[in-house]
Amino acid sequence: MASDLNFFFEVLIGGLLSGVMYSLVALGFVLIYKASGVFNFAQGSMVLFAALTFVGIMEMGVPFWPALLLALIVMMLLAVGIERVVLRPLVNQPQISLFMATIGLSYLLEGLGQGLWGTEVRALDLGIEDLPNEWIQENLSLQISTFDIFSAASAAALVGLLALFFNKTKVGLALRAVADDHQAALAVGIPLQHVWAIVWAAAGLVALVAGMLWGSRLGVQFSLSLVALKALPVLILGGFTSVAGAIVGGLIIGASEKLAEVYIGTFTGGAIAAVENWFPYMLALLFLLVRPQGLFGEKIIERV
Amino acid sequence: MLYRESGQFKTSYPADQAIFPIRQDRIALSLLLIAAFIVVPLVADEYWLGSILTPLLVLSLAAIGLNILTGYAGQLSLGTAGFMAVGAFAAYNLNLRLPELPLIVDFLLAGVCAAAVGMVFGLPSLRIKGFYLAVATLAAQFFIEWVFTHVGWFTNYSSSGVISAPPMTVFGLSVDTAVEKYLLTLVMVAVLALAAKNMVRSRIGRSWMAVRDRDVSAEVIGIPLLKTKLSAFGISSFYCGVAGALWTYCYLGTVEPAAFDLARSFQVLFMIIIGGVGSILGSFLGAGFIVLLPILLNNIAAMIGHGTLQADTMANLEHIIFGGLIIFFLIVEPHGLARLWQIAKEKLRLWPFPY
Amino acid sequence: MSGSSHSKVIGDVILKCDNISLSFGGVRALTNISIDVREHEVLAIIGPNGAGKSSMLNVINGVYHPQQGTVTYRGETRRAMKPHETAQHGIARTFQNIALFKGMSVLDNIMTGRYTKMKRNFLWQALYVGPNLKEEIEHREVCERVIDFLQIENIRKTPVGRLPYGLQKRVELGRALAAEPQLLLLDEPMAGMNVEEKEDMCRFILDVNDEFGTTIVLIEHDMGVVMAISDRVAVLDYGKKIADGPPEEVRANKDVIDAYLGVAH
Repeated sequence: MASDLNFFFEVLIGGLLSGVMYSLVALGFVLIYKASGVFNFAQGSMVLFAALTFVGIMEMGVPFWPALLLALIVMMLLAVGIERVVLRPLVNQPQISLFMATIGLSYLLEGLGQGLWGTEVRALDLGIEDLPNEWIQENLSLQISTFDIFSAASAAALVGLLALFFNKTKVGLALRAVADDHQAALAVGIPLQHVWAIVWAAAGLVALVAGMLWGSRLGVQFSLSLVALKALPVLILGGFTSVAGAIVGGLIIGASEKLAEVYIGTFTGGAIAAVENWFPYMLALLFLLVRPQGLFGEKIIERV
Repeated sequence: MLYRESGQFKTSYPADQAIFPIRQDRIALSLLLIAAFIVVPLVADEYWLGSILTPLLVLSLAAIGLNILTGYAGQLSLGTAGFMAVGAFAAYNLNLRLPELPLIVDFLLAGVCAAAVGMVFGLPSLRIKGFYLAVATLAAQFFIEWVFTHVGWFTNYSSSGVISAPPMTVFGLSVDTAVEKYLLTLVMVAVLALAAKNMVRSRIGRSWMAVRDRDVSAEVIGIPLLKTKLSAFGISSFYCGVAGALWTYCYLGTVEPAAFDLARSFQVLFMIIIGGVGSILGSFLGAGFIVLLPILLNNIAAMIGHGTLQADTMANLEHIIFGGLIIFFLIVEPHGLARLWQIAKEKLRLWPFPY
Repeated sequence: MSGSSHSKVIGDVILKCDNISLSFGGVRALTNISIDVREHEVLAIIGPNGAGKSSMLNVINGVYHPQQGTVTYRGETRRAMKPHETAQHGIARTFQNIALFKGMSVLDNIMTGRYTKMKRNFLWQALYVGPNLKEEIEHREVCERVIDFLQIENIRKTPVGRLPYGLQKRVELGRALAAEPQLLLLDEPMAGMNVEEKEDMCRFILDVNDEFGTTIVLIEHDMGVVMAISDRVAVLDYGKKIADGPPEEVRANKDVIDAYLGVAH
């Protein structure tokens, strides 16, 4: 019986920890959506592109930290470039056009990234083992991966840093003003395009961290860009405009999909596998019907 | 100089409401149909018929389906391939389990099955809009793909998870060769395209566009939102479903659920963005563009002496070009090739005296 | 235009709003408002910005559902009715900010007004010829009469997005008229128009009222227009009704002068 309970906790905690990684990807979406009202479907491709760039630079013989810095610079330049070339000409277009443009962008980035750095699967070793942590195993007799703990911690640190940045600095204030109303922000003299550039650069940073963490777990390859698809239900659950929502949503999705995988899977005698591919979506869909604005999203009152 | 409408007066409302009110357009369309039905089967080889024209037509049909939903009714869907899969597997199972039904009926019923599934996944559209809805249709895409991969009944417990189209007969004629399959596809697509054009210029089409343009005033004028959106989901999915059945029966012959993955949904979406959102003609133009461009690229590569490109280089190049084109069209001409064609025609009507 | 000066007979109450209260979150938009509308009359609702005029129209045609109170239309009392249902009962309206279907032509916009009257299902429409074509033509003729009436024949095939503001307002009126409503709600039909356009619009409104006997409720800020065309005026202020009566009486009402009209200089 105890081992059953232990197993449950292992699944739960493993799910929560991987949920933090979903949150990390979702965070990239939220940042851009808040600042510019764009639902950036290409966030996943940015994750892939970042990981490919980082690995590619490392393969050229550059040591870890300089490579990280270089990759960061590339991602920020890319993000600013996207803002300038793709999104600025589409200002004032319907949101749905912007959304479709970012789908195009995601194709472009996937092609570009793989064209530049190659399509083969590359390993990315951050020096942390994806094995059960011994200390936890001895003291709590739970099997929790060290890597999960590490990545959750880095994600949490990044989220904390960004929250601090956006809540305590002048740029953060400008961002929140822009998020509320572009025109009003412009009218009081906030340089809209600087704010957008900063936000896109921040999204590039988030993509790089997510790319490294996911890349070292799954290998750096095309499927990294699919991680973004996992982040979408997180967004729906948490609301597109809420950083807290992205985090809580990520935890819920991470935990529930692992539990569903294990328990719905066993219910049906293992005949039904890969439940986690669609379970988060169904959960999000049901949730949408009850609360369309998400957990922490703002309710929109439509005026006629 | 040949393209003139002077002297052609419309004296009745039916004449004014014709699809092609200008005589030259009617002649051009007749020639095109003659070419498609008679000349192409005579001159095209098996490769062109079987590997290019047939899939082009089928994808045009799917693009019409998506265009009804996204272009006319304004509901973005990323689940097109999922609805195609429903059609494919429904047609297979209908044929398997009710062998007495004629093939065409199988196809149409497959479309009806897809329509039913589409309407279920369209239900959230009453509460949510825009990309929220797009994400909801992603749920449809993943769920449907998963069901057909993991529930053995749909593939008749085939160990490889693959379904194969049985030999086909239509009205006692066997449909076997590439030419016959092409013709069957062409007939289906031509009839359904005409039906789609008729719907979008009738009451239901106006109600779709009204909901797309201003949902509040649509409702105030008496258009029920849920019913209208569901009708768009249903009819759109019907088209996708029939396209899925044709994809299986007339093009591939053997399919697995992965043939209808998310990439296929995006492919069809790209077709309508490039071809023209809210245009039946645009669906064909977009499908033609997206099917033919890779072939053209390959030929260009061969011509400039690189031989044929490696598959993954080719795939990357395609990604870059399609992605770039999508962005380009959205910025420069959001109504796609169809609008360019329309502008060209308007210029031509006035040429060579534009004032 | 038609010069019809026959005295019209104002009939019984067809619409009765009883003690309507509406709030959004903590904001009270309407407080205990009761308004009657009688058949064939032109009722103007006036008041300062934010007085709740548009909210009142939205309650009448079902866009908003009031927390308290009832709406009785032709003897039928309802609490919550969807806008498309009120449309089926013969209520049509226009919006303060133009709410046309931007991607469609003038004719198609006006044809949507016929939606509730057309009956052929989508299979007939897919076939197009035959009964569906007959129906399309029938309704096209009705729409052409509206187009004729509003004198917009030359722009019938133009996408509405390309039209100037004044014409768009006219097309929006046309879309409402095509529904052949018994009760027509006009939300600031003359806002942002120049004098000439206002005169045209006034004439259209009076002609609709005269020729078809349509009951009209309109919101308008231009007091000259209100005095000229309305049979009765209701005044709202801060979500409450402060006056209701014939135009001259309302103009002389002290509360109304304080709240809205101000003192004449």
